[in-house]
Amino acid sequence: MSEKDAPAADNKGDEDFEVVEPASKGAAEKIELLHVGVSPHLRAPETTTSIMGWVLLALVPLTIYGIYIGGLHAFAVVVSCIVGAVITEVVLQRLMHVPVTIADLSAVVTGLLLALTLPPRLPFWIAFIGGVVAISLGKQIFGGLGHNIFNPALVGRAVLFISWSSYMTTSYLINPKASVVNTATIKSINAVSSATPLFSIGLVRKGELSINAARYVKPLLFGNPWGCIGEVSAVLILLGLAILLIKRLVDWRIPVCFVGTVMLLSWIKGGNPVFYALAGGLLLGACFMATDYVTNPMTGWGKVIFAVGCGVVTFVLRFYSNMPEGVMFAILLMNGFTPLIDRYIQPRPVGYKARLQEKES
Amino acid sequence: MNKVAADKSIAPGPIPQEVVIPLSQHVGAPCDPTVKVGDRVMVGTRIGDSEAFVSAPIHSSVSGEVTAIAKRPHPSGEDSLAVVIKSDRLDTIDPAVKPQDAPDDLAPDDIRRLVRQGGIVGLGGAVFPTHVKLAPPADKPIDVVIINGAECEPYLTGDYRLMLERGEDILKGARLIQRAVGAERIAVGIEKSNPGAIEAMRKAAEPIGVEVVALPARYPQGAEKTLVKFVTGRQIPQGKLPLEVGAIVDNVGTAAAIYDAVYRGMPLVERTLTVAGDGVTEPANLRVRIGTIVEEVIEHAGGLVGNPGKVILGGPMMGVAQYTTLVPVTKATTGIIVLRKDTIVKEEPGHFVCIRCGRCVKNCPQNLLPFQIGAYADKGMWDWLDKLSVEDCMECGCCAYGCPTRNPLVQLMKVGKEGYIRKRSKMEALEKAREENKTEEDKSDE
Repeated sequence: MSEKDAPAADNKGDEDFEVVEPASKGAAEKIELLHVGVSPHLRAPETTTSIMGWVLLALVPLTIYGIYIGGLHAFAVVVSCIVGAVITEVVLQRLMHVPVTIADLSAVVTGLLLALTLPPRLPFWIAFIGGVVAISLGKQIFGGLGHNIFNPALVGRAVLFISWSSYMTTSYLINPKASVVNTATIKSINAVSSATPLFSIGLVRKGELSINAARYVKPLLFGNPWGCIGEVSAVLILLGLAILLIKRLVDWRIPVCFVGTVMLLSWIKGGNPVFYALAGGLLLGACFMATDYVTNPMTGWGKVIFAVGCGVVTFVLRFYSNMPEGVMFAILLMNGFTPLIDRYIQPRPVGYKARLQEKES
Repeated sequence: MNKVAADKSIAPGPIPQEVVIPLSQHVGAPCDPTVKVGDRVMVGTRIGDSEAFVSAPIHSSVSGEVTAIAKRPHPSGEDSLAVVIKSDRLDTIDPAVKPQDAPDDLAPDDIRRLVRQGGIVGLGGAVFPTHVKLAPPADKPIDVVIINGAECEPYLTGDYRLMLERGEDILKGARLIQRAVGAERIAVGIEKSNPGAIEAMRKAAEPIGVEVVALPARYPQGAEKTLVKFVTGRQIPQGKLPLEVGAIVDNVGTAAAIYDAVYRGMPLVERTLTVAGDGVTEPANLRVRIGTIVEEVIEHAGGLVGNPGKVILGGPMMGVAQYTTLVPVTKATTGIIVLRKDTIVKEEPGHFVCIRCGRCVKNCPQNLLPFQIGAYADKGMWDWLDKLSVEDCMECGCCAYGCPTRNPLVQLMKVGKEGYIRKRSKMEALEKAREENKTEEDKSDE
């Protein structure tokens, strides 16, 4: 049969099929076909959308407080990032003729996470470009959700950090308004520098300043105006982490090992471990970025190696580089190692040991 | 969880006017019919048998006339040869069905013979012929008999009720297994979540020196490997059977069936099953004759609630969804689960999308990497399955149950297994051919 004949044959098949169709509509409704599908026939209620929804919910308190402290500027940054990310996802998926998957909320999560790592006074168009880059270069270029090697939000931030580094390092709040923290502390710290606490500590290390790191601990916990939108309060980040842990959405190993490693190494180096845990993007990165499903290893020990690696790189960048902060590059670097870790750290199937013993004997 | 029929005692099932008894109800060679159309049969009359060692005879569950031997729908999804018997409603019992004179003093060979004659297969759902299990190779001594009362599947309560109502029969059946394989110890494993069954079995078991082990209530506790590990502490090597570590595992239903076959002489013509699910009016545990049409059993349980979406034979985790309710109950039917159209999970066609959340890895009782196997199977990369032990998958469904992107992981595991095994046997054949060629070349060189 030639190829031309094939469609005609198909049509004929359709006609045959019509004969057996019930004549009246009423009869059609009566015929109930059973579903057949592979086992298991029960499924857990969790879906990608519900997981992303919970992540968003866990970030809500932090975002609201960040906007409260950062003001309208911060709000514009958050909205620009999310809009940039979602629009890019729609446009790219349309162009590639694949189903548009913005309903799974993953683009919204990426946009929001990116916004939380940006300084509040960043021009909104830069934030928008960040969202576009995060989804295009961070996610869709690899094939969409689940295929990306690097955390999309951090890819977006890295591109902005390199392209507009002056904006990215100076767009912090000027004369931030006092919040939960008493004004005396703020004034005394402001007198030192209006940059981020980590930046100041960097100057201390270089011998240009002398301040007491312990003084920063309270504002870092409850209301830290010198930093990115998502760095305003460690307590709210931990609250978000608590939600994710209670819902069993993330593995405790990553935040614990990541932060623990940084604290231990900073303490050995003579720093205040609590300050180094709370300052900068460490908590936000360890709780919400490093725990990103797609870009960290699948097994428990793999996650430990990944997290400790992140901690070591963060420490090295913070203490031995020109940059005040190293969380972003630490996570991106370890993302690159994830496939390698997954390749070598694999669970032993049940009965593996017994089989080995049998082979020996 | 979902064990709604737990309080219902085992009731007699429907009295069928016609039974459809498939000739293939077990692992191994299908039976050949031993009756012709028009023959009169009685309850317990042998209607099918096979010469093969791994096979089990089939018996009539009603008395009446054979009206057809033809292909009929089978729960596996394919039509298969079945004996159709029209009942005369008298239920005359075959004269060959008679109790043994001294059932407690039988020799191991006699027990195996009676178990085979009784058509007994594993009633937990795997339907492996039991007499084969009872004949372990001489170099593999068995020291422990494990009676599996875990029944970890949701909804199913048939084994639980059997333990409450026929505890002593189960233990007598277990004793026969013990005698047949020469084991020292018998252990009955029951999930902690069934304290009633544990208590009832302890009462019956302790006076005669049988121990009852309380198992963690976690699916899939009833899987052989998990069970043997918990009860004996021994790990079954990959790809091997429990006899490798000196254990034999039989379901409580199987033990009761062995009792029936030896003490009462009655072959396996009926089985206990659970009818449940949100689509059934009266969830129940029923003693149903093999060959009864599923639709009649559902009617017997009060009929349907709302529109049925899925009718599953077996448990909801590993059972097979049927396309019609006109299939017969077989020896493998542990349950009939009806789920309503508005509550079922509908599989949607689509690509394999994995967000690498790791739930399947965490849930896998065999410590496999279902997401990785699924991805390779989806793309037909059989070579890559080599180091992932795909053959160890028991298709328990834990991976797919938790998957947030709803990947059909169990199906991909099955596809992977088949593809991998096919590929490997091809490679082996190639290797063999190469080997032979080489020797010929060598010879020609000489």
